[in-house]
Amino acid sequence: MNGSGIRRILSILLILSIIAATGCGNRPVAATDVLSVEEPDAGNTIIGFSQLGAESDYRSANSESIKNVFIRSMGYTLMFEDGQQKQSNQIRAIRKFIQSDADYILLSPVTETGWDTVLMEAKDAGIPVILVDRTVEVESDGLYLCHVGSDFYLEAQKACEWLKAYIDAIGMKDEDVHIVDLQGTLGSSAQIGRTLGLKMAAAKYGWDLKAAVAADFTQAKGREVMKQLYTKYKDINVVYCENDNEALGAIEAIEAAGRHPGSDINNRNVLKRSIMVMSFDGVSQAAIDMVKEDKISCIVECNPDLGPDVKNIIKDYESGVIPPKDIYVDEKIYSSNGRVESVSVNGVDYEVTVLKK
Amino acid sequence: MKKLKNMTDTNLLLAITIVVFFLMYIGAVVILGKGFLKPQNFFNILNTNAALIITSVGMSIVMITGGIDISVGGVAALVSMSCAVYLDYHNGSVAGSILIALAIGLLYGLVQGYLVAYLDIQPFIVSLAGMFFARGMTTIVNTKPFNVANEAFVALKNTRIIVPGMGSTNKKGMYIDAYVEIGVIVALIVVVLFFLVLRYLKLGRNFYAVGGNKQSALMLGINVKRTKFISHIICSMLAGIGGYVYFLHVGSGSASHAMGMEMNAIASSIIGGTMLTGGVGNIIGTLFGVLSLSTIQNIVTSAGFDQAWWTGITIAAMLCIFLVIQSLVIARKNK
Repeated sequence: MNGSGIRRILSILLILSIIAATGCGNRPVAATDVLSVEEPDAGNTIIGFSQLGAESDYRSANSESIKNVFIRSMGYTLMFEDGQQKQSNQIRAIRKFIQSDADYILLSPVTETGWDTVLMEAKDAGIPVILVDRTVEVESDGLYLCHVGSDFYLEAQKACEWLKAYIDAIGMKDEDVHIVDLQGTLGSSAQIGRTLGLKMAAAKYGWDLKAAVAADFTQAKGREVMKQLYTKYKDINVVYCENDNEALGAIEAIEAAGRHPGSDINNRNVLKRSIMVMSFDGVSQAAIDMVKEDKISCIVECNPDLGPDVKNIIKDYESGVIPPKDIYVDEKIYSSNGRVESVSVNGVDYEVTVLKK
Repeated sequence: MKKLKNMTDTNLLLAITIVVFFLMYIGAVVILGKGFLKPQNFFNILNTNAALIITSVGMSIVMITGGIDISVGGVAALVSMSCAVYLDYHNGSVAGSILIALAIGLLYGLVQGYLVAYLDIQPFIVSLAGMFFARGMTTIVNTKPFNVANEAFVALKNTRIIVPGMGSTNKKGMYIDAYVEIGVIVALIVVVLFFLVLRYLKLGRNFYAVGGNKQSALMLGINVKRTKFISHIICSMLAGIGGYVYFLHVGSGSASHAMGMEMNAIASSIIGGTMLTGGVGNIIGTLFGVLSLSTIQNIVTSAGFDQAWWTGITIAAMLCIFLVIQSLVIARKNK
């Protein structure tokens, strides 16, 4: 053998190490990015954000909201890590933030359980953790500074109270309501709160809750699950989707089955009778358009714009103000019709916003 | 050059892997600085990947024998869920849960090994079925993911082995000890044990012989079927142990645990110098394969490429390059 094979191997090795060292980047800005991570503009506040993934429009909007607030020119260095729906990735990310001397850690956990150890490590390192959107179930709530996000149980209550008011308004009986629940990713706070809210309301009002099946917050899974459920239960008249992406999938399945998604669920003419789609989030334009077309009858908003709230908490904390444990953002109710003007949960009235074309 | 030429394929590939890992790590320290300099950053790579190291060792052995096993991630998930249910719902003991993990691994090895070795079915198909079965079974054992509260288990999970003198002070002035988890010790024992088995035992040499050339192995009087059978038993047992270490690391049972672990194990083995065609590979290389895979992920995200696909693309590029290196190594022989 001549030496050329070896030489080729060595040259490939060299290329590889260069690729490795620059993080596979061939865009010219990479070098400056790298340098600024090393020397964070002397005195910049370092924020580590472990986002659980990018599975829905809500999630993407939420990531953008955080990224837009913690920008370099405002004196922040943001380390963003996408957990790709895996808790192990998120634990790894938090450990990395600790090693990188982050000042604050933001965590949007993929599941509620299993965070005690790593949150303890952050606490030992003196780094406050702010839970964004979703929350965790830990032995002591001293393991995190506070939680900013949505009250998922309240969202579910708003949706169910809207449904109750609506069927009362159109003169439908409670026992004629046949609901299926397309659940979110099992074990997530949003799924737990929204499923529980429906379960309680169905028991309270005597609705027929036929099934609750996980559709993982995705459009594809929403379509698949709805198709299966419709084959099994032909008399479904309300589909309770735990996010908009599932609702878009469910609408596809309903239309594929030759039925109408809409609010007209009590029509005497069986052929004209619709299947009502209810949903949560209200983030994407696609879902809002569906409300305008009356394909989705009601969306309870889940506000992803948490960046400004998180920033205020950090500002207050730096000046010595300890925030309350749970901070909730304001959330609206969107509907395709004005039959219900407002709903009342626990004595508080929430106005319904009607969306028309 | 003479020296390089006389190295065996296995040793040359091992040398390349180790050199690449150190180049990468040193590159990261120089360019990204700070975080990578702390010893704990390196220990975290071990802590996070202890389970992957163990399953990759098993994967390498099957691959050296000329097979493959893509059921290991599923087995790990099944182990985590079964142990979680046993510990919490049946008030089980830690020793009992370890036995469950080993039993699941053994059972998997026996069935898959028998199908592959004695009924001569493609290992890919057998373990594909095995993967589906394990994932499905995990959901049957328990649908909901949950956290284990069993006291003895939590105590074991939180046990930290402090590495003396390696701690560091953070910018808030707190001194934090460097530590490794128990899983890391298990992983290192597995690596050393199987390194010795492959190098010094007849069984180990048989793996190389069977994977290198089945016909010659037969002529040498090696029991090819039994060797394949044993390689699958070792792989599945290690998947069981890896599953338990994974379980010990996250402390919860879930049907989505260890998703894609089989692919990471295959990638680590290849980066570590194990060839898909069999007959070539080294356990120490596999260890460095896992470390390289994890380090590159760490570097990519640290360098500000925060979108998840960047790590995927980098790993793809890395795999590609290593496959090219492997084919060059083989080509040099034929010249």
